[in-house]
Amino acid sequence: MSAPLPLSLAAGSTGALVVAFGVGLCFGWCLERAGLGSATKLMGQFHLTDLTVFKVMFSAIVTAMLGLFWLSRVGVVDLSRVYVPETFVLPQLVGGLVFGAGMALAGLCPGTSCVAAATGRGDGIAVAGGFFAGVLATGLALPAMARFYESGARGSLTLDTVLDLELGTLILVVVAAALAGFIVAEHVEQRSARRLEETGR
Amino acid sequence: MSARVAPRPYADPYLAGVGLGLVLLASFVLAGRGLGASGAFAAAAATSVNAVAPSVVNGNPFLSGHLGAGGPLRDWLVVEILGVILGGFLSAALAGRLALRVERGAHASLLQRIGAAMAGGALMGGGAVLARGCTSGQALTGGALLSAGAWLFIGTAFAAAYLVGFATRGSWR
Repeated sequence: MSAPLPLSLAAGSTGALVVAFGVGLCFGWCLERAGLGSATKLMGQFHLTDLTVFKVMFSAIVTAMLGLFWLSRVGVVDLSRVYVPETFVLPQLVGGLVFGAGMALAGLCPGTSCVAAATGRGDGIAVAGGFFAGVLATGLALPAMARFYESGARGSLTLDTVLDLELGTLILVVVAAALAGFIVAEHVEQRSARRLEETGR
Repeated sequence: MSARVAPRPYADPYLAGVGLGLVLLASFVLAGRGLGASGAFAAAAATSVNAVAPSVVNGNPFLSGHLGAGGPLRDWLVVEILGVILGGFLSAALAGRLALRVERGAHASLLQRIGAAMAGGALMGGGAVLARGCTSGQALTGGALLSAGAWLFIGTAFAAAYLVGFATRGSWR
């Protein structure tokens, strides 16, 4: 028997758009509740004073990863019908570097800039405006760098294939790494707080 | 707006993260796809270019790929981002955290902060187009699906952010 989920919703159908709006609503709610609509809080990650970004991101990744793994194991979700973003080695390596540099300048990422703007932050509007301009300009320039843009295409490549591990083993490794990361994050925050107390910076 | 109340503290990061993970899981399970943000901006860019110069969109696979048949309001990611905006607004309103202000470091002028925000946004735009996604579509979604390219993106994006964050830390504290 084939798994009943995900739903078969045609692109652009009202059903699909209701799901999109509901998912977005909850996504925006979670980002704001975590404090990620605030550039000051987000920058704490890169100054090692407040590692909320890391904690939120990796708890979310682990939760969704485990949920999807078990739902597919018990036959509720058909994993082959969940779209896995495709890998393009060089563009994603370079794109990541450019994106990360921009994120530390902006103090927000594209999603959180929408939350910042929606909650009255002028810097959120500026980041969203800059992001739109960057997407537009790069999109217009893409035909001129089509070869680079398409280089290193590997399709929907996943880490279990790259590392030649069983999926279950890889998931165990990711969970263990996240838990270790959380312990380190708590230590780093405590050290920063102590230093702030002692030296005032 | 309701009576002036002190802004409530933010939620526990692990709790908020598990909540966010369940939202991401619901998106996988219901829609067969994860979250995104940059795709909505790409759809808006494609719609804008199409309004002034449709021939440019026709000759550009990236832009034409983001131009949906039913217009932007039938685009999954555009509708999702409209939800993000409303969800963020409602959450902040109920917690007394709506505030008309520019968040900036103690040592940055208003002009410097807005300039950095716009420049940073533009760089992220370039990076997200090349990487085919941002923190939502690549890092969170691809991360949870164990996509190799997504983890490569997480690694390089955080490495660059730490370098730039360290170099510019003086303007924040």
